[in-house]
Amino acid sequence: MKRVMLDGNGSASEALRLAKVKVIAVYPITPQSPISEKLADFVVQGKLDAKYIRVESEHSAMSCAIGAQLTGVRAGTATSSVGLALMHEVLGVAAGCRVPIVMPVVNRSLVSPWSLWCDHQDSMAERDGGWMQLYAENAQEVLDFILIAYRAAEDGRVQLPAMVCLDGFFLSHMSDAIYLPDQATVDSFLPPYVRQNFYLDPADPMFINDLTPSIEFTEMRYQQAVAFSQAETVLPEAFTEFKKVFGREYSMIEAYRCDDAEAVIVTLGSMSGTAKHTVDILRDQGKQVGMVKIVAFRPFPAGLLKAALANVATVGVIDRSASFGAQVGPVATEVRSALSGKPVQGFIAGLGGRDVSVSTFEKAFGRLLEQKTTDELVWLDVKDNALTLREVDSQC
Amino acid sequence: MQKQQNRPSTDCAKTKKVYYGPVATEFAATNTGIWRIVRPDVRLENCIFCGTCCKHCPTDVVTVEKDGANRGVHFDWAYCKGCGICANVCPKQCIEMLPEEGVCKL
Repeated sequence: MKRVMLDGNGSASEALRLAKVKVIAVYPITPQSPISEKLADFVVQGKLDAKYIRVESEHSAMSCAIGAQLTGVRAGTATSSVGLALMHEVLGVAAGCRVPIVMPVVNRSLVSPWSLWCDHQDSMAERDGGWMQLYAENAQEVLDFILIAYRAAEDGRVQLPAMVCLDGFFLSHMSDAIYLPDQATVDSFLPPYVRQNFYLDPADPMFINDLTPSIEFTEMRYQQAVAFSQAETVLPEAFTEFKKVFGREYSMIEAYRCDDAEAVIVTLGSMSGTAKHTVDILRDQGKQVGMVKIVAFRPFPAGLLKAALANVATVGVIDRSASFGAQVGPVATEVRSALSGKPVQGFIAGLGGRDVSVSTFEKAFGRLLEQKTTDELVWLDVKDNALTLREVDSQC
Repeated sequence: MQKQQNRPSTDCAKTKKVYYGPVATEFAATNTGIWRIVRPDVRLENCIFCGTCCKHCPTDVVTVEKDGANRGVHFDWAYCKGCGICANVCPKQCIEMLPEEGVCKL
């Protein structure tokens, strides 16, 4: 298979092209903009037979994508950070109307402070909105997860939209040699889109997303919950099918050197590679450590996680976003709930583009190996002068 | 609010299809007349049949018949919410809003 140099944005764009999206409604935002641009290039160059709608906002982008996909085609869009926040309302429409849009989300922090750089605050803010969420570790996973997400999202048992999250700059702008499949191979894995739920067709009018009274609202929410539990079966099936066609193996979680580990750190996204590297370094020093990467955050693989961490004494979670007012970050909250009873140390690191480096992981592992788990959140790599960053001469 | 009703399938009468989420395939508007707590009552002896009430009705449920057997001002009670706009705009002030039966005097 052909290997090409692509960054995460390039990889995401190629995946949407290979999925043959027929309508693209996308609004550029750093660090997602190259996706908007590359998709436009594809359309102009005739590499992708699609209608490209230049919308005026992300709210419109998602609205157009929903409308387009309801007519029975795949609709492509992508966003990041405040763009995702602006989509918030309409993300719920896609989820509730069961429109299986697959959207790359290039992770970037939310305001304030303004930042263009990576953390997971944007997608974590959407974690309860009814979208599946997969987090990629590298550019290859971006492409592969998008194809897998289409397969799972469009399955009749699921019919849910999905975000494929890639870390801003760390993945979106970092070139990597990736296997780029040809169209025929992708077609054999991903059949043409067939709409399965209600649709927009002037010949058969329907009133979609109408006001729903309380006598039916709970039932429709329950339908979404059932779909998410079905997705826990369908996603692994999609991973298996993907391996048959492309040879690469994925799972909802990836456990690395956990079998005899005393301390394990749970990660999400691009920091997972550094985590594995740090595990190797510490293993060479005789320390029994491991890591678990969560691939699917929604649906959350609680059972798999519980099994993988059953014999591990100390568990830590590095969250790349804060959940203010909560005990720990969103991933740690989820892991604590899954491992009910076992102490789980919550860490925060890598906000606003700060690197989650080997030394960050060493600090976290050091704490876990000393069995120093607390209920309180530990902020890693925070400067000592955090509270006096802007100390100025007072005017009065 | 749209009430979902059964509709015979056009392509195959025996198959059933389930849609998930909010959709109405039969358009049956809610009988908004049940919301009404006051109803417009026209004193025909003062009415000049100008049609101002009809023009201003937000739900277009007023019919004014100047002549003939049905001479009068008619309301579609299935949809009239009793908003009172007709009473407010009537140049002869000959529309009175009366409490519906079962509703306390306002």
